[in-house]
Amino acid sequence: MSRKKTNYVKPLDLKHGRVEMSHGAGGRAMAQLIFELFATAFDNVYLAQGNDGAVLPPVSGKLVMSCDAHVVSPLFFAGGDIGSLAVHGTINDVAMMGAQPLYLAASFILEEGFPLADLKLIVESMAHAAKEAGVNIVTGDTKVVERGKGDGVFITTTGVGVLREGVSLSGDAARPGDKILLSGTLGDHGMAILSQREGLSFDAPIVSDTASLHSLVAAMLDCGAELRVLRDPTRGGLATTLNEIAQQSCVGMSLQESAIPVNPTVAAACEFLGLDPLYVANEGKLVAICAAQDADRLLAVMRAHPLGSRAAIIGEVIRDTHGFVQMTTKFGGRRIVDWLTGEQLPRIC
Amino acid sequence: MKYVDEFRDGDLAKNIAAKIAEESNPYGHARSPHLNPLPREAPSPQSSPASGRGGEREKRSIIPAGEEANESLRELSNPCIYRLMEFCGGHTHAISRYGIADLLPSNVRMIHGPGCPVCVLPIGRIDQAIRLAMERDVILCTYADTLRVPASNDLTLMRAKAHGADVRMIYSTQDALQIARDNPQREVVFLAIGFETTTPPTAVAVKQAATEGLKNFSVLCNHVLTPAAMHAILNVEGGVQLDGFVGPAHVSTVIGSQPYEVFAREYKKPVVIAGFEPLDVMQSILMLVRQINEGRAEVENEFTRAVMREGNRKAQGLVAEVFELRTDFEWRGLGTLPDSALRLRPEFAAFDAEQRFGIDYVAVADHKACECGAILRGEKRPQECKIFGTVCTPQNPIGSCMVSSEGACAAHYTYGRFRG
Repeated sequence: MSRKKTNYVKPLDLKHGRVEMSHGAGGRAMAQLIFELFATAFDNVYLAQGNDGAVLPPVSGKLVMSCDAHVVSPLFFAGGDIGSLAVHGTINDVAMMGAQPLYLAASFILEEGFPLADLKLIVESMAHAAKEAGVNIVTGDTKVVERGKGDGVFITTTGVGVLREGVSLSGDAARPGDKILLSGTLGDHGMAILSQREGLSFDAPIVSDTASLHSLVAAMLDCGAELRVLRDPTRGGLATTLNEIAQQSCVGMSLQESAIPVNPTVAAACEFLGLDPLYVANEGKLVAICAAQDADRLLAVMRAHPLGSRAAIIGEVIRDTHGFVQMTTKFGGRRIVDWLTGEQLPRIC
Repeated sequence: MKYVDEFRDGDLAKNIAAKIAEESNPYGHARSPHLNPLPREAPSPQSSPASGRGGEREKRSIIPAGEEANESLRELSNPCIYRLMEFCGGHTHAISRYGIADLLPSNVRMIHGPGCPVCVLPIGRIDQAIRLAMERDVILCTYADTLRVPASNDLTLMRAKAHGADVRMIYSTQDALQIARDNPQREVVFLAIGFETTTPPTAVAVKQAATEGLKNFSVLCNHVLTPAAMHAILNVEGGVQLDGFVGPAHVSTVIGSQPYEVFAREYKKPVVIAGFEPLDVMQSILMLVRQINEGRAEVENEFTRAVMREGNRKAQGLVAEVFELRTDFEWRGLGTLPDSALRLRPEFAAFDAEQRFGIDYVAVADHKACECGAILRGEKRPQECKIFGTVCTPQNPIGSCMVSSEGACAAHYTYGRFRG
């Protein structure tokens, strides 16, 4: 006579299973999802405490905290997915303050019926991105909404980092005469997403630039250049980021279009869809504003880093009470690079 | 980008700019006998050349009516003004986006025309679409910029969407057909707008719907005709003074260059059809300056890589098969113009949303302070409108010219307002 396994729990069907309402109901099913999927992938001593919050060791220095919600569609795209994006996005926000990111918290809103196999891919991608960045995901939450009330999965991450001693970066610190540097090509993330959404295919597919930028930031801070502002030009693109800084700092900016790097395929896709790369989202680029005398040194440091190999000095901060961001076009004329109005909609003819 | 970058070359632009500056300079050495250099002081009638276009231009140059003071001074010191209208919003956009004004001498002046599809749609037409979407529960499909055009009751199609209407942005009429196929239980209406460029795809969609027997697809047709608008601009009493037109790019690929010949022949206005790339625009300006200097008024084609005199016969055939002329149509800024727009032929009445839903057109007056009308006629510049850049911005447009980046106001606000 065989003996009954009293503690047996049927494992999650990570191949064919789907998210059910019970996975967010607080009972056994939720505990199982957390244990078999999240805790296994994110595995670290703080998460293993298994409490409502993580108790973290003391740090020396000021803390920086930032939070970012991710709602991208499609969830999987060339170069990444919502999981890696959710890690990179928040790490970059912390890094742009001049801080070393330490921990992440992650909150998932799952839609009933979402394939567990896809969720597994996303969670593993998050774990991989966090590990690569040297950051632990120490606490989290999961909710499930009824079918039709979500878009598969939404992920909100919160990051905590420690500010480097003596570093003070802020959007209001740009001064006339400062140089504006960009770490690489524009528009790769946004166009990877859009071209996939619109079913556009190119000889060389457009790959998202999603990446954690804190090691690049660390190298830039190490070189001792007088940095004033760091920002990652995500939604709204470079144009929006520079307008924000111009407004906060009460200055104008003067850009050289010929100095701004854009991959030819991205430029072609933008042309095709009637979009301007200056307004397209990036997830692995930063804008730095620094004192003019340090610009060349900073540029060399950025170019020596794999995430800044195509870095360029793209313009300078000027005195302008209107706060206009102006650009000399490749064609030789000048124009404003304005705030994005509403959504970037394609033109008609 | 292959085939694109070569039309955006800054060095070539400099060369053309230098030629434009030289050939439009009234004190330059390469003058034609038709246009004598003028004295710096306002000339007395006796000093005017007795005949020819030079005389006509000279008289005009000393009457800077309606211009700002500094413009008047500039005009006096540059007596030979070339007033060129770029008809198309695509050209307005290129001029603003590439900063072409910086490459032109101050006496070569670009005047924005009415060729921006969403700009010329009157409020009443957008109201019709909003009514269909909100009251008749249809899926309303249209091209992007149309979603933001202000209509009555502080609504736009985008705001109607926020209120629960099913409004969808599409890239192509094929998308609208697909939505109709995917939703057989819903009525799908395509709000068709635009000049001759966007008309053939609408014709294709209607024919396809007829062939497939799609019962839930119809078109709210607002297609308009370029030559009718050009006639209107030239016929406005006391309207804008023009020396020539930069002719449409994409429109001309369909209708050809022949329909513009009347403007050269009857109105003595040179027309140079130009592509939408900035070098196309520069080259066409140079060609216009040359025609004017030589006293010629002809239709020339700079956009030879895409435009033929007879146009695209196949597209014209499709349009003629599906559409017929409306007796009249209200345009924003230009008023009600005869034979200026299209509607579906009776044999396609089942696909005509106006007939299918029995919706009447109700004309609605523009906002009182809005100068879109005068701007579309080329009579005012965007910055001369009292509410430009204050009450009316791309974020919160009052008039249609502030909506699309092809609209004169939006283009000036977005790209050029540092010029004042």
